Amino acid sequence: MNPFSFLTQMLRIAVPYLFAAGGGVIAERSGIISLGLEGFMLTGAFTATLGAHYSGSPWIGVLTGILGGLLFGLIHAIATIRYRADQVVVGIALNLLAVGTTRFFLKLAFASSSNSPRINGFAVNSAAYGFDNPLLWMGLLTAPVLAFLLYRTRYGLRVRAVGEHPEAAESVGIKVARVRYVAVALSGILAGLGGVYLALDQHQFTDQMTAGRGFIAVAAVIFGRWDPVRAALACLLFAAAETLQIQLQGNHVVASQFIEMIPYLLTIIALAGVVGRAVPPAALGKMER
Amino acid sequence: MTSEFREKLEEALFPPFVALLVALICGDLLIMSYGQSPSSVYRLLIEGTWGNAYGFGQVLYKTTTLAFTGLAVSLGIRAGLFNVGAESQLAAGGFLAALVGLALSPAIPGFVAIPLCMIAAAAGGAVVGAIPGYLRVRFGAHEVIVTIMLNFVVLALLNWFIANHLHVPETLHTPEIRAGVVPRLSQYIPAFHGSAANLTIILALIVAALVWFGLFRTRRGYELRAVGLQPDAAEYGGVNVGGIWFRALTTSGAIAGLGGINYVLGYKHYYEDGFAGGSGFLGIAVALVGRNHPVGVILAALFFATLSQGGLAIHAFVPKQMVEVLQGVVILAVAMSVPEVRQALRLARKPAKA
Repeated sequence: MNPFSFLTQMLRIAVPYLFAAGGGVIAERSGIISLGLEGFMLTGAFTATLGAHYSGSPWIGVLTGILGGLLFGLIHAIATIRYRADQVVVGIALNLLAVGTTRFFLKLAFASSSNSPRINGFAVNSAAYGFDNPLLWMGLLTAPVLAFLLYRTRYGLRVRAVGEHPEAAESVGIKVARVRYVAVALSGILAGLGGVYLALDQHQFTDQMTAGRGFIAVAAVIFGRWDPVRAALACLLFAAAETLQIQLQGNHVVASQFIEMIPYLLTIIALAGVVGRAVPPAALGKMER
Repeated sequence: MTSEFREKLEEALFPPFVALLVALICGDLLIMSYGQSPSSVYRLLIEGTWGNAYGFGQVLYKTTTLAFTGLAVSLGIRAGLFNVGAESQLAAGGFLAALVGLALSPAIPGFVAIPLCMIAAAAGGAVVGAIPGYLRVRFGAHEVIVTIMLNFVVLALLNWFIANHLHVPETLHTPEIRAGVVPRLSQYIPAFHGSAANLTIILALIVAALVWFGLFRTRRGYELRAVGLQPDAAEYGGVNVGGIWFRALTTSGAIAGLGGINYVLGYKHYYEDGFAGGSGFLGIAVALVGRNHPVGVILAALFFATLSQGGLAIHAFVPKQMVEVLQGVVILAVAMSVPEVRQALRLARKPAKA
């Protein structure tokens, strides 16, 4: 096994996780449970495909993908913040809705129930091993940027305050709802970008192409204890396990199903607190009134 | 009692009504985006589901599985726990029922074999439900995340079993099961011929009745609802909250597991990888729309089954994926209107009570 090819493959697998987990961290630190990442990603992938298909430009795809993720993020925000709907239910509903709408419009736009026509991705020079893809770099930068945002800016302080103790935050004049709206909208944009990366990397949209990646991101958020950098490390760890599985394929050392389980099992173990208990933000999922 | 009952009924009926309206409007838009006429597509949807015996049989078949998963989720919510694991509990139940059905000799009569398979199905679901229950009680691990993660683990495990050990070559299903097969409804009512509806629906109704009796007519049920409303107060009142939580999730899993009978022994007579196909997640919608009451859950299961069968009926004119969109819209609209309706009704009643 070539360590360099292992590393590049791992990074490429990790990028969608890095985006989506970053989105999950910011939403959950503001106190809103984020189980709709899978749906945000799928929508982002689809709208990116639409944009790239009709314009021929991957950058337009990035833009429309961001808008798709943002739209679903805003629905999540309005349902949970304005209407105080159950956050778990909304997340799951948005995942179902994303599968349905992308399938419906896939049929409408491309008359297919499985995939879109080929779209232009970023020109990839095979000598660059994918490192000339700007989205790869954006994905890798998500965690440090979010860490700066959360721990070094006024808005980040507010997000953390609102996620830990909204009443206290409100009493010092912080607009709790506004802070949360922005955080959940950001989570939609980021997870949407994860979907954009997938669609542009595979040069098409395929039905349910996110295939549970949004839930791996949820796992990474929890395994990374709601910290952007630790969540990103969890993403890299999960991606490494997946890369190992791909590179060992055919060797029959361990069945692929058991490698697939790793992120989920690690998360359950982390929640049970066997190695360093994962403690969520205090106000996560709790709405006043 | 009667006025309280009416208030509760109002509170339960408003959100689904609002959701139905919103869904109809969305449906209109989707149908028109396809250049079809909404009224004729809706007529097709009704005719293909409630308009003929085959379609209605399919609706009843789909209702059965959703009733189990809906009851499972609603029981958890009554105890204040969100069981997102019905999907894998359903699959595990179907898997164990298939194992027992395959192991038994076909000579064993149905009245012995079917109960054995049912016990296996319930046990399969119960084990998958007990794990998050134990982790919640012992370590305080949040059951939502644990059940979501466990879905992936259990489904991967079942996939491994089927793909490596139990499948008929070139397929992802087990050989045909001959013992413990549940009779189709068409054996009694010939008009249902060809539809998958089978006697498991009777089991679903019995389980719904048992859940109702257990929740509202026994001490355990009273304690469970008390824990769901106010765990701290219940604990102070002498209720063993941890014990209730563990039993609630285990029972919830068992109910979802029993649902596996419907497909495995009632319809296909084999276990197939991925047969749950989202019914566990839709159970959350069923519980939500049915307001966690067994009667409401059965009605909501009927509604969602109608939608999903209706999708097939209209597919020639509008892609069946339309109903997936509408299902999502209904869940969202109900979830959003529940707190609103509760608050609005409370405000409206205040002057009357003062």
